[in-house]
Parts: sequence; C-alpha cells; structure tokens
Amino acid sequence: MTLKSLLVAIVLGSSALFSAGAMSCKAQSHVNSPDPSLGTPSVATESSHVGNLTGHAEAGKQLYRRFCIGCHGPDGNGEGMNAQWIDPKPRDFTIATFKCRSTPTGTLPTDQDLYNAITRGFVNSNMPSWEPLTTQQRTDLVAFVKTWSARWAKEKSGPVLVIPAETPITIESVLHGRQLFQKMECWKCHGPGGHGDGPSAATLTDSKDNPIRPYNFSTGARFKCGDTNQDLYRIFMTGVDGTPMPSFADVIQPGDAWDLVHFLRTLQEMDSKEASLWKAYVAAHAADIKPIGPDAAGGQ
Amino acid sequence: MTPKLLMLLVVAALAGNGGIAGLPVPAGGATITGKVTYTGTPPKMKPIDMSKEPSCAKQHATPVMTENVATGPANALQFVVVYISAGDTDTSAPTEAVRYDQKGCQYLPHVLPMHAGQSLQIYNDDQTSHNIHPLAKVNAEWNKSQPSGSPPIDTKYDKAEFIPVKCNIHPWMHGYFVVLNTSHYSVTEQDGGFSLKGLPAGKYTVTAWQEQYGTQSQDVTVGAGESKAINFTFKALPY
Repeated sequence: MTLKSLLVAIVLGSSALFSAGAMSCKAQSHVNSPDPSLGTPSVATESSHVGNLTGHAEAGKQLYRRFCIGCHGPDGNGEGMNAQWIDPKPRDFTIATFKCRSTPTGTLPTDQDLYNAITRGFVNSNMPSWEPLTTQQRTDLVAFVKTWSARWAKEKSGPVLVIPAETPITIESVLHGRQLFQKMECWKCHGPGGHGDGPSAATLTDSKDNPIRPYNFSTGARFKCGDTNQDLYRIFMTGVDGTPMPSFADVIQPGDAWDLVHFLRTLQEMDSKEASLWKAYVAAHAADIKPIGPDAAGGQ
Repeated sequence: MTPKLLMLLVVAALAGNGGIAGLPVPAGGATITGKVTYTGTPPKMKPIDMSKEPSCAKQHATPVMTENVATGPANALQFVVVYISAGDTDTSAPTEAVRYDQKGCQYLPHVLPMHAGQSLQIYNDDQTSHNIHPLAKVNAEWNKSQPSGSPPIDTKYDKAEFIPVKCNIHPWMHGYFVVLNTSHYSVTEQDGGFSLKGLPAGKYTVTAWQEQYGTQSQDVTVGAGESKAINFTFKALPY
C-alpha cells in the first residue's frame, strides 16, 4: 500500500466514523426533544364526555403526537407523512366533517361517535382499531381532535338519530327492503347485487375530489361505521359525510328503514336469518323475481 | 319642508332631466347595468351524454351542453354573478324563498344567488332519484337523497360562500349556490348583460364572479335615480 492510498483510507474511515457519530447524535435528539412539533389548533382547548369519562385535550395532544400524527399530520389536516401512500385519505379534522355520525348530515358528531370511530377503526382503510389504548386515553384523543376546528367551539353536536326497536325479520320485510333498494336507487352506486359496481360507481369522488368506491356488501361482515343492524340503519339514515353517500333520514320512514336493513343483509356473503329467508324464497319463487336495475320498475 | 319631501323633489327633478321620458324612476332607485365579456379562448362547451339516465335524456331534444364557461354572441359570458360586495346598507335577508330545481338531470338555474340566511327550497322534478350534495366549506357540508316525488328540501346558508353543488349519482350535474351578504345581485344572461336595480345613492363596490375565472371588482358611485353602465372582461383560458 502506498503512502497516498493509506492516507485516503484513513481520511475516509474517520469521516465515516464522524458521520455515524453525527447520526446517532441526531437520532437521540429526536427522542428527547418535542419534535415532531404540532401546528396551532383552532381552539385552545376542548373537553369530551364519553359515558362517565371526561377527556382532556392536553392529555390527548401527547397521544396524538405519538399515535396519530403520522397520518393525520402535525396540523390535523390529514396530510401526515404517510398520507400520500394511503387511500382512502386520512380524515382532515380542520373541516370537522365526519363519516360516522349518529347526528344529521351536516352537523357535528357526538363525542361518543368520535370515540366509537377511534375504538372501531375503519374497515377497508388504514385506520386501525385503537382499542389497545385505555378508555380514558381514547376519550382524551376525542377532546384533542376537537381542537382542530373552530366549529366545535361555535356549534353543538346535532340531535342523535332515534332508532326504533327492530321490526321482526320476515321474508315480507326483506322483499319490501328489496323494493326500496330499487326505488331509492341504491343500486346506481352499490350495484344491483350490492357489489359496489353500479352505473355511477366509476365516477364517484369524495368531497376533496379523490376517487372513492361505494361499499361492496359482499366483502365481509363489517361496515365502515359498525357491524350491527343498528349500525347499518344509522349509516344510511345519517349518510356518510364528505362522501357521495347521502342521508336518507328525510325520505325513508323508520319501519321501511328496517326493511332495507333486512334486505341489505342478504347481499352479504355470510349466514344470517335474512340471508336464509331470502335463499328459501329464491328457491321457491325464482321465476317471479324481477332483476334490480334500470329495467325493473319497482323491483320485487 | 321635510327632508323626505325634499328628496322626492330632487329625484323628480333628476328623473325629469336625465331619466328616459315616460319611465318613472323610483325614489333613490339608482341602476348599475353592463355587460360581461371575455377575451382569449374559452373552453368549448361539450354535449352531455345522459344515456345512463333515459328518463332525463328523453327530456332534451338536443343534448344539454356543459355550463362551466357558457358563452354567447360577441364574446358574452353567461352565468356570471354580478353583485354589490361593499356599500350595501340593507343587509337583511328577504323573507321570500329562492327556488332551485333538479329537472332533466340539470340544475335550474345553473347558478343560484341568494342572501345569507334566506330560505332556499330545493325541488326534484325528475322521475329519478338525485342526491343533492353542496360542497360547502365555510358553511356545513351536507348530502341528502331526494328520490322522485319527495317534498322539497327547505334549508338556508348563514355565511357568504360560493358553494359548488353536485349530484354524485349523475356526475354531469353541476351548479352553484352563491350565498351573498346583499340582495342586489344579477346573473348574466346569454348576452352577458346584468342589471342591479333599486340602489340607494352611494358608493358601491360591484363584483363579478365566474365559477372558473374567479372575481373582479370595480368601485362605482351613483346618485339618486342615476343609471351607470360598467363592464367586466374576463381573460378566458381554454382549460
């Protein structure tokens, strides 16, 4: 080895050592400093009430910085570092438009609605269930999420949708629900078989102009906002704000709404009382069943 | 002599001198009229394919054209909202409702101005369901289904905003609610003409808004019963 090459090797080696040292130093500063920092919320503080728990925004802020900032971003606008890789996009808390509500379309959800969303997560999205956090922590997060929009300081949550007792699951109920699926034109987006492939499906965008798919009922047991018949009732009655899914609360009567719930269950590829009633009916009356879609006036 | 009587006399004198013979000018009723035109190349209006909704398609003998930049003869711009954006002293909302129709899978009118807080009634005159989805940002965003034959939706907007309206079921349906803090507004017709009537004498800022090209403003001072003409020219881009 020549003297020159030895010298080069020493220089390279020491610079490598130096940069490694700098890196570890930087990594350490990340752990100890309050970086990544959060933007300034619209409301100085908020509280939340879920059951007998009271949530505090200041406590929720620490949790947000640890668990939520990656997707929902330091400014709460859904533009976190991971957001560009995610579809559907993380919620923008600054506009206070929420998908899963027990309240009318256009109104703020209840604290319980937000708590349920955090607890449940969102099926078919990157939002996981945060059930591993304690109930107090999730309540604190609700309080902090509310600081991102001034609407929370000015407006009250809308009145909670009253869901009457479920009507009996009968074939008459399923068949009437099927007529409503035709009449209300659910099939235009969700498709005649509920596969999310209706004639308007390909053109749908959310309120931020991102493409969005209508729910495909054959994909599983869970819906975006829960998995019970009550949840299903609530979803189409209050609508999914920020998406093409409208509210039907003004145009479907409560009894009819249960019929629609019972029919929607038959679109799922899972065993249910509704599905078995429908299968038995199809076996006996196949010839009488009109197809759902543009050619069927009224369905059956 | 009371001040009111004095004003009436002044107005009468003005009408006698400057007004058109035979047309009475209401007390304090100044008028700002004009025309909105474009320079440059606007995008071509395209025919809308409504074949996916036959009940609507058959209502139109000739295809409905897109309306985002609607033009008329002599470079006229249609559907431009011209309104008083500053200087209007009467900011109370009128008691009568404004009406918006979904007919033939079109919004009629394409652009609907209204006063903040004014009652807004939305009708579905079609044989098909629509979902009415105004994409408000300042006001609350809501989205309601309105099947054929359902009663009108009665609502209002409390804050001034240009709100795009769409129907997700029929993606070509596209319109605007223009919520203003004035009742002095006018939407240009196919000839680009507008007219703001019944203005008290004073200094006003007149703004013209086109959905794709934004806003332009001019300051105008009108005397009692005076008529003034101003024009707006938008630079049209083909995209």
